[in-house]
Amino acid sequence: MAGDKVDPVHQFVVNKIVPIEIGGIDFSFTNASLFMVATLAVAAGFLYFTTSTRSLVPGRLQSVSELSYEFIASMLREGAGSHGMKFFPMVFSLFMFILTANMLGMVPYFFTITSQIIVTFALAIFVIGTVLVYGFYKHGLGFLNVFVPSGVPGILLPLVISIEIISFLSRPISLSVRLFANMLAGHITLKVFAGFVASLGTLGALGIGGAVLPLIMTVALTGLEFLVAFLQAYVFAVLTCMYLNDAVHPGGH
Amino acid sequence: MFVTAAYAQSTTTEGAETHDAAAGEVHTETGVAHEGGHGSGVFPPFDSSTFASQLLWLAISFGLFYLLMSRVVMPRIGSILETRHDTIARDLDDAARSKAEADAAVAAYEQELATARAKGNVIAATAREAAKAKAAADRTAVETSLNDKISAAEARIADIKAKALADVGSIAEETASAVIEQLIGGKVSKAEIASAVKASAK
Repeated sequence: MAGDKVDPVHQFVVNKIVPIEIGGIDFSFTNASLFMVATLAVAAGFLYFTTSTRSLVPGRLQSVSELSYEFIASMLREGAGSHGMKFFPMVFSLFMFILTANMLGMVPYFFTITSQIIVTFALAIFVIGTVLVYGFYKHGLGFLNVFVPSGVPGILLPLVISIEIISFLSRPISLSVRLFANMLAGHITLKVFAGFVASLGTLGALGIGGAVLPLIMTVALTGLEFLVAFLQAYVFAVLTCMYLNDAVHPGGH
Repeated sequence: MFVTAAYAQSTTTEGAETHDAAAGEVHTETGVAHEGGHGSGVFPPFDSSTFASQLLWLAISFGLFYLLMSRVVMPRIGSILETRHDTIARDLDDAARSKAEADAAVAAYEQELATARAKGNVIAATAREAAKAKAAADRTAVETSLNDKISAAEARIADIKAKALADVGSIAEETASAVIEQLIGGKVSKAEIASAVKASAK
């Protein structure tokens, strides 16, 4: 253990479990893949089995499933109106998937799939792609109204439109980097402070006394990270609702 | 929910600063670790050799998750909520209908009570009227018979009185002749006495 004593980045390394190569491209089943499947199994399994009795008066676990359903439903209805409800399965899946992935990542030795930029970027592109495809399919070129805020004086329009376009283009980046960076930074910080506890602990009595501070910090950060894990899933879902609102009502700024 | 979210927001911004500071601190250590530990010099999340596999498995797992959600879980939760909503609505309807029925029953009862009371009043009034009429008739009959008796009695009294008054003259004449006989010992003619009685009776 002395060689890689405390390497806070080691937890993000993707290891191959079952090497698969198709057409010269590496599609190996890795630890990341394993936790994607685990996220799928845990989230889907929870939602499936807690609602399997279909009780009229729900138990605690069934209430959790129903509350998350109604939570996302009201979020989407407020964010994108009743026309946006056709995206309910998408937003619900995104929220539950990210939330479960973030929470699983909090378990020690578990891989956090949302700390991989490619994963969060793929999810963000999925959202923005849906907005673009649906927006152009539904409104044709009228979707471009999304770049033209109403009530802006004509002389400012070129400036405002270019700002709107830049902000639209930066959405997939901000959406993915926000989730990725929060999870990455949180896990690194936890690891670093936990590492301090271990390294100070080897320095004798004084070191053990000094290790109390980073230990307290680690405990506090763990609590904070659970909050961040929920909050980032929530933020991702809320922003998805807002972006979908553009696809549903392009002129409604 | 929103209060919590807002509170959480402020906490995270604080937290994020800590993270950034920590992340910056870490990078140097990371560089060293890479050379010793992993061989590949790339920060693992940016290692593009893993991207293809991650994208494939993300597509598989998220796609499957999406399908499960949209085909199985969400319709099920939706139907649970709808069933509950319907049941509650139906129970409320039942309750409202029962209340309406109870109200109707109360109204019918009140109605019947009022009718019965009115009928009772009518019967009582009829009975009272009948009794009053009978009493009046009885009284009239009694009064008539009494009046008859009174008039009969009065007739008799008048008759007797007339007779008595008729007798008074002869009695007086007899008495007068007896008195005269006693006083003067002679006889006075009947005609004289009769005229004298008549004169004094006037």
